[in-house]
Amino acid sequence: MHPTGRSFLRGVTDAAPFLIVIVPFAMLFGVLAAEADLDLFEIVAFSVTVFAGASQFAALALLQENAPVLVILATALAVNLRMMMYSVALAPHFGAAPVGVRAVMAYFLIDQSFALSLAEFDKRPALSMAEKLAYFFGVVAPIVPMWMASTVAGAVMGQAIPPEFALDFAVPITFLAMTAPMIRTAAHGVAGVVSVGLVLALGWMPYGTGLLVAAAVGMASGALVEVWTGRRRAAA
Amino acid sequence: MIDRADLWIVMVLLGLGTYVIRFSFLGLLGNRPLPEWLVRSLRYTAVAVMPALVAPAVLWPAATGGQMDPARLAAAGATVLVGYVTRSMMAAIFAGGVVLYGLLWALGG
Repeated sequence: MHPTGRSFLRGVTDAAPFLIVIVPFAMLFGVLAAEADLDLFEIVAFSVTVFAGASQFAALALLQENAPVLVILATALAVNLRMMMYSVALAPHFGAAPVGVRAVMAYFLIDQSFALSLAEFDKRPALSMAEKLAYFFGVVAPIVPMWMASTVAGAVMGQAIPPEFALDFAVPITFLAMTAPMIRTAAHGVAGVVSVGLVLALGWMPYGTGLLVAAAVGMASGALVEVWTGRRRAAA
Repeated sequence: MIDRADLWIVMVLLGLGTYVIRFSFLGLLGNRPLPEWLVRSLRYTAVAVMPALVAPAVLWPAATGGQMDPARLAAAGATVLVGYVTRSMMAAIFAGGVVLYGLLWALGG
């Protein structure tokens, strides 16, 4: 097989295990959106235009609280700000690709396509750019259709899920499960703890705007701790 | 009831804003060097934003009328602990789900 074809297939197989997470996550969005009285067209439009699950949950919750649009946008965009880091990290690998290709890639830049691609390019530094592109789109190939289809499935199931299933808590558990494995250093831990502590202390601020302050201070604390620990290591 | 105008404004602007974030460096700024403080801070966006987003719902769940709920607290604790130790998102979700349903069943009947 052609090397780019092989790269594409490797992307597909590496992405497959993530479907176990993506399918229920997307279904949950469909279910919660249907419970919030969005119709099927609105639910699908939401997933197509935004295509970033975590921020969709955040925006949906705030919409239900009738929060001001600016607050909703700021909060949901803060959730997606991590993707700027993904964009930074992939730029050196694809800088030479045509801008049209990069424009398409940008839409499909999600947690999985970023994390798997970077790991793959680390493992196989000799890959050509065509192979790297093939791998990236290979990862995306099974995830995107399954994300959309599962959203629709969840939306159709809609209100069939009774409250005993405590679905209100599926989003907190999923978010915590996504973040806990990212805590690799003391700096990550401090960023999380500071941000959580502050958001609880700032709970009196309207529509969860305390989150924006808490997240900014949390990020700065993480960065500071990184500088300190780096310095200590350099001095030792 | 969600206001329809708000819904569509949020959808379109959030979609555009998210796209701009994704396209930013990949599409426009390429290999230009970034200020170090920016790169350093961006490393901590996920750990700062995601847990803080759900922390109030963990401590004061709407489903219990804002009353602290031992089942939900324990489930959140188990999720974080298992996720941290195993580095596996799936294991963490599974642990959180088992503790949540187990305790809801044991405590609530």
